[in-house]
Amino acid sequence: MSNATVEQNGLGELSVDDQKAISEMHGIDQYLTFVLDDEEYGVDILSVQEIRGWERATKIPNSPKYVKGVINLRGTIVPIVDLRQKFNLVEVEYTPVTVVIVLKLYFEAGERTVGIVVDAVSDVYSIKEEDIKGSPDISRNKNSQFIKGLATVNEKMVIVLELARLLDDEDFANVAVAP
Amino acid sequence: MSIDLSQFHQVFFEESFEGLDIMENGLLVLTPNSYNSEEINTIFRAAHSIKGGAGTFGFQLVSDFTHVVETLLDQYRSETRTVSQVGIDLLLESVDVLRSLLDELQAGREPDLTQSVALKQSFETFLASTEPTANAPAINSEPEVSTASEDNSEITEKEIANNSESVSESDKGFWRISFIPSVDIVQTGNEPYRLLRELSELGQTTTVVFTDHIPDFPVLDPEHLYLYWQIDLHGDVQKEQIDEIFEWVVDDSTIEVQWISSSDSAVSEISSEQNVAELTANKELPSEPPVASIQANPTKIEMAENRAPSEITTEQAKVARPGPAATENQSIRVGIDKIDSLINMVGELVITQSMLGQIGNDFSIDKLQRLQEGLIQLEQNTREMQETVMRIRMVPISFTFSRFPRLVRDIAKKLDKQIRLELIGENTELDKTVMEKIGDPLVHMVRNSMDHGIETPEQRIKAGKKAEGCLTLNAYHQGGYIVIEIVDDGKGIDPQVIRRKAIQKGLILESDEYSDQHLQELIFHPGLSTAETVSDLSGRGVGMDVVRRNIQELKGTVELDSKVGFGSTFRIKLPLTLSILDGQLVKLGEETFVLPLTSIIESIEVSPEQLSTVAGETDVIVLRDEYVPVIRLYEVFNIEPRNRNIFEGLVVVVESGSYKIGLHVDDLLAQQQVVIKSLDTNYRRVEGVSGATILGDGTVALILDIAGLLSIVGEQTLKSTSLTKAAS
Repeated sequence: MSNATVEQNGLGELSVDDQKAISEMHGIDQYLTFVLDDEEYGVDILSVQEIRGWERATKIPNSPKYVKGVINLRGTIVPIVDLRQKFNLVEVEYTPVTVVIVLKLYFEAGERTVGIVVDAVSDVYSIKEEDIKGSPDISRNKNSQFIKGLATVNEKMVIVLELARLLDDEDFANVAVAP
Repeated sequence: MSIDLSQFHQVFFEESFEGLDIMENGLLVLTPNSYNSEEINTIFRAAHSIKGGAGTFGFQLVSDFTHVVETLLDQYRSETRTVSQVGIDLLLESVDVLRSLLDELQAGREPDLTQSVALKQSFETFLASTEPTANAPAINSEPEVSTASEDNSEITEKEIANNSESVSESDKGFWRISFIPSVDIVQTGNEPYRLLRELSELGQTTTVVFTDHIPDFPVLDPEHLYLYWQIDLHGDVQKEQIDEIFEWVVDDSTIEVQWISSSDSAVSEISSEQNVAELTANKELPSEPPVASIQANPTKIEMAENRAPSEITTEQAKVARPGPAATENQSIRVGIDKIDSLINMVGELVITQSMLGQIGNDFSIDKLQRLQEGLIQLEQNTREMQETVMRIRMVPISFTFSRFPRLVRDIAKKLDKQIRLELIGENTELDKTVMEKIGDPLVHMVRNSMDHGIETPEQRIKAGKKAEGCLTLNAYHQGGYIVIEIVDDGKGIDPQVIRRKAIQKGLILESDEYSDQHLQELIFHPGLSTAETVSDLSGRGVGMDVVRRNIQELKGTVELDSKVGFGSTFRIKLPLTLSILDGQLVKLGEETFVLPLTSIIESIEVSPEQLSTVAGETDVIVLRDEYVPVIRLYEVFNIEPRNRNIFEGLVVVVESGSYKIGLHVDDLLAQQQVVIKSLDTNYRRVEGVSGATILGDGTVALILDIAGLLSIVGEQTLKSTSLTKAAS
């Protein structure tokens, strides 16, 4: 069943440059995974800017509920999105292990920095491009468009997210909503 | 070896645009049939430096074009031709063409040549048609174009003399250039190698270097140049082009340029391989050194070989040069005094820092007073420095105003109106970004005032006014704002005409009653134009609403004050800078918001007798003799406040445009300067919020946008209030 290349905590032996070179050679991408309601999700590690603890964000009036507000990231204003709420999962209290993964995402309008609130950070895996299976046809579900595919790592399922689409809906469109 | 000139391109473009502005302003002052040497000289100098710069940086088409312009100016300058209106118009047109040429080049695009070629043509016919008035000094001021052709004809004559069969000079001969630089040429900053390279770019060159002038080693001055050259230049080259290359060194170097027709060239072609023989054969060169010394081992340099690498470098330079980015990478000219005061302040800051560091190193409680003093000093330093840095971004509004004399002149001509433009307060400074963005709206408003505001001379005389209309642009500072007024003494805006139009367009109802002011301000409404006929200048009904939107984007306001028969005044109020704001922090529930201090009129605690409710939903407070609607911010923003009761907490009265509203907040906190950060960089625009800022404790606070808030609460509230106002 497991035909995915597994390289747990693979950052140990090779330098980052070597890793990059290897992944470019073999079409292997590294993914940072996090836990959300007992499921494991993966994001392209190259888009991850930093991981930080949850801190109170300044609420933005009249924004969607999953936008928790904005924080000050060393002088830049960064919006924080609660992925649980975005995916319509059960809401939980934020705990000391609740983390914010700050991601650099490329939208049509340009590069944006966005933080996502997740339950906990899990691991780093190398997953071959061809090992990512298309997600089952759940097109009726609005959230399925954020899913790039599914991969099996250590006999566990990892949901690989297509982040450029994650926040690229009408809420993040560059136009002001009509009053 | 070759210097990458592209790094200076930006400077060249900036200087050229400045030069064009100077030319334009000068041309507008020129009057036909007069002689104003001061102005003409200024214009000439500007044109000349554009030509020179373009030549240096290889923008051949710009320098070619400027050349004819310069020729005409030179005739004016030397009084061989009287200044005529046609000439001025032609020159003004050339300024436009040059500007568009430079724009295109700056953006890295291939410019469209049709316009410049056509205009150059008309320049040439103009130069040829009208005879220069005085003939005597004509030799000196003869247009350079014709000099060039004269040269050509000389050449052809010579050529024919030498070789009767020759038809074209290009393939029937070559230029022999003898170049003997002065020994100290290198000290004057001229690089002979560069000259040789430039020559080699004109065509195929064969260069021979002579070393016989090199003295014995003991007396050799390493800073002197003892070499001299003889260059054979093949190709379709005009003498002018060669002269241009040696333009800078011609004064102290000996340069001889000779045309060798093909009959001789046969000899020299052979000789180029046998240098010694060639040089002995070429005794006719006057600069020729004694034969004996020539044979002292002349070194032959095949310039063609050198060409290849230099081409490569220019190619690389082209690749390295960012194309469209050139326009984004703007620079600003800053007065040296501003920089100096900034350096002073940095010095003070360093002193304060070291003082604080000293206190911190071995701190004990008895040093508390000194620490506090130090901190106060630090605060002062920081504030002063901030102000100075902001001043660096400030430029006088004359940069924008300067385009209006031309614009007004052109439009007045088109409209057959007599309009005098008055500019006041040109030295008023404002932020560069603000200035760049206000240019277009201003142009639009000036056009509107000229088209719709100021009447034709006949109408004006009938109305008992002077035939000449007056348009005034006035800029001044007021608080943290710059105010720009556009005043015309035209017919004003008739509220009844607008009312009719608005009813016709369904913007208002026949039964609605509005104040004149309110009706006049409808011109800012999309889709309403007051012009009886649509002209190509204005009147299509898109315009004033765009103007207002642009101004609102700059956090500014525009007001209208118009009296029928006496003219209109548009008053634009813009914040001086977009990046720093004097803010009043207010508390609402858990959140802190920032209100722009400049928009706040006052803060009050409302007493029950001040409050009344309109239509059961809008709270209105009586403030002296005005009715001010109150917005409950917590409702607009969906926030849980501490006080829902309006009598608890405070009402901050703010104004936007001519509207006043009260904002119900929980508490007022400190006043402080905040740095505006954009929300849309990573998120998007939020209605009612103009941006965010970072407070002293590192948290984010949102900055309220009063104009945006007004549009959220909708016109409903405002309409009912203005009704109340009108009724009261």
